Amino acid sequence: MAEIRIQDLRKAFGDFVAVERSSFTVRDGDFFVMLGPSGCGKTTTLRMIAGLELPTSGTILLDGEDVTFRRAAQRDIAFVFQLFALYPHMSVRRNIAFPLVCQGMARAEIAAAVQEAARFLRIDHLLDRAVSGLSSGDRQRVALGRAIVRRPKAFLMDEPLGALDAEFRALMCQELRALHERLRATTVYVTHDQLEAMSMADTVAVMNQGAVEQVGPPQQIYDNPVSMFVADFIGSPPMNFLAMPGGLASGERSISVAGGQIEIPPPTAAIPPGELTLGIRPEHISFDDAAAMRAGVVAVEYLGTTQLVTLDTAHGRLKARLPAVTSARVGETVGLAFLTQRLSLFDGATGRAIPVRRPMEALHG
Amino acid sequence: MSGRTGAHSVVEPSPLTRRIAGALVICYALIAIVPLLWIFVTGFKTPPDSIAYPPKMMFTPSLEGYVNLFTTRSRQSPEYMASLPPAETWYDRLARSRNMVIAGPSKYGQRFVNSLVVAFGSTILAVSLGTLTAYAFSRFRVPLADDLMFFILSTRMMPPIAVAIPIYLMYRSLGLSDTWLGMILLYTAVNVSLAVWLMKGFIDEIPREYEEAALIDGYTRLQAFYKVVLPQAATGIAATAIFCLIFAWNEYAFAALLTSGNAQTAPPFIPTIIGEGGLDWPAVAAGASLFLLPIVVFTVILRKHLLRGITFGAVRK
Ligand SMILES: Nc1ncnc2c1ncn2[C@@H]1O[C@H](COP(=O)(O)OP(=O)(O)OP(=O)(O)O)[C@@H](O)[C@H]1O
Ligand SMILES: [Mg+2]
Repeated sequence: MAEIRIQDLRKAFGDFVAVERSSFTVRDGDFFVMLGPSGCGKTTTLRMIAGLELPTSGTILLDGEDVTFRRAAQRDIAFVFQLFALYPHMSVRRNIAFPLVCQGMARAEIAAAVQEAARFLRIDHLLDRAVSGLSSGDRQRVALGRAIVRRPKAFLMDEPLGALDAEFRALMCQELRALHERLRATTVYVTHDQLEAMSMADTVAVMNQGAVEQVGPPQQIYDNPVSMFVADFIGSPPMNFLAMPGGLASGERSISVAGGQIEIPPPTAAIPPGELTLGIRPEHISFDDAAAMRAGVVAVEYLGTTQLVTLDTAHGRLKARLPAVTSARVGETVGLAFLTQRLSLFDGATGRAIPVRRPMEALHG
Repeated sequence: MSGRTGAHSVVEPSPLTRRIAGALVICYALIAIVPLLWIFVTGFKTPPDSIAYPPKMMFTPSLEGYVNLFTTRSRQSPEYMASLPPAETWYDRLARSRNMVIAGPSKYGQRFVNSLVVAFGSTILAVSLGTLTAYAFSRFRVPLADDLMFFILSTRMMPPIAVAIPIYLMYRSLGLSDTWLGMILLYTAVNVSLAVWLMKGFIDEIPREYEEAALIDGYTRLQAFYKVVLPQAATGIAATAIFCLIFAWNEYAFAALLTSGNAQTAPPFIPTIIGEGGLDWPAVAAGASLFLLPIVVFTVILRKHLLRGITFGAVRK
């Protein structure tokens, strides 16, 4: 098992920069998820860690050892490809045994290791089948089998669930996480699905246009996004943004909106002059007839225990997640209250978050 | 592919169209097969039957054509024939019934072997070189790759026979005239561009991930090529090999020009049978029938690959 340290990694394809100024550390035994929209450089980063692509600059340390220019074969890392890349001309057994055959392991040992890996993944009954006839879930397990059978230092997985349908994906998410609990192997997992990332990760790295924007545990990223990009990318529906052209004088604890004041958590850094953006998660909005901020109900989406209510305010459109029991009818005008300690503030010009002190954090440590 | 059939499907032909298409295919097959069948049947006629007019549909089959193909014979006087001891073998008897005595084996067998060596030798060489080259073009950043690929294709643009005279002179001074090596090199040179282009298409279709998985699993690039890419490319290799083989097997012009003795292949030899002692059509037909055999066998063996291969990856998952 190993720690992976990435320093100032950069990769350019000709003039196009696919990955830039990336630095982060994957702790030993961590389930590390790289999350980002399509084309942001996740696969390229992963391929550089694996040794399938050489970085333009920067270093990759595996357990403190510089492996930046080592060949893939010498890194002792396993890679699970998006489309699994199972060799179609081999049986399941030979697919799983393939990495061991390369190491020149004795036949009996290989057979035992393959059997063990297969039992571990509950595919031992499929060992003599051809891979072409397998369901995508079983292919997924065979690909995992080929990865775990040689007990590598780390696992790299590039959207391994991308080829599965939604229902099955949820199940495989759980299985992958359970597998990680048992093996405790350092894993770098790439996805563009934020739900997948939030549900599986110990640590999430959010990438945007080739750069890592934020690294941290899922909850920290959800609660304290460092930028409007992260806030918008994480959460479903995403965070609401209200533009506050008035800005904020230092020391002020509330923002004026049409018809009243919204209290905000105390900023812990200097507030830049100019426009601010207020970020509100949908679940931190409630109806309050006494509130100064008024909004018209535009649409109501009933989800069972909760409902999604679309609201029009003087500052823009909002989505609120409310208990299903709250009465909301299209056409109504309601008052809105916000959970003060949960609000986020962003610099309207740069989109960077303005750090605030949240009373709740003090409580939870 | 999902089943896009139904009333509004544009792709699905109507039953009538199908029937017309079927009839056309059968007509074409008949047109193509009848001459072949005629050659095959003529090989089993006697020389008088083969030139009978109107043509004989019913006749007593005879192996005379095949005997004449594989032997050289001399015509003798009836007195001399009578003085000989009784014929020992069926082909001796057959020859004597025409007042002939078998003098020895003909050159057909030797020419046939030459054809096999030259055609299969050049095919193996062209396909191997083509596969390796195509792999390099497909996987590595080759400077000027597109221009080089075009250059390779351009060697096919001129009809090869246009350079027959320079090649003839060159081969003579190099001592390659009338040798197996010379013919193998020549056919390889003609076929290799086709092999590169065909194989490039097939190898482009094989996802890189297969090799990358092997590289990560600890194999070298060459091992990955050998263990992962080659088995995947089997279909393409089979299709390419058949194209190359057909060209090399049937090639006439260069063979007639550059070979005359030791290395002469079957195509220029077969017509010379006609000259030996009158118009021996059954022998020519027998020679042609046997000549078709290797390609038929090779194609039948590889037909599964061929069908998938000629659609150029369209059926690949
Ligand atoms: N070999 C290459 N040559 C040129 N450009 C490349 C190459 N590989 C990737 N790119 C470009 O680099 C960018 C990042 O690609 P990458 O595959 O890392 O994105 P990704 O985050 O994995 O996206 P996705 O979610 O679509 O898989 C893309 O714009 C892609 O077009
Ligand atoms: Mg990708």
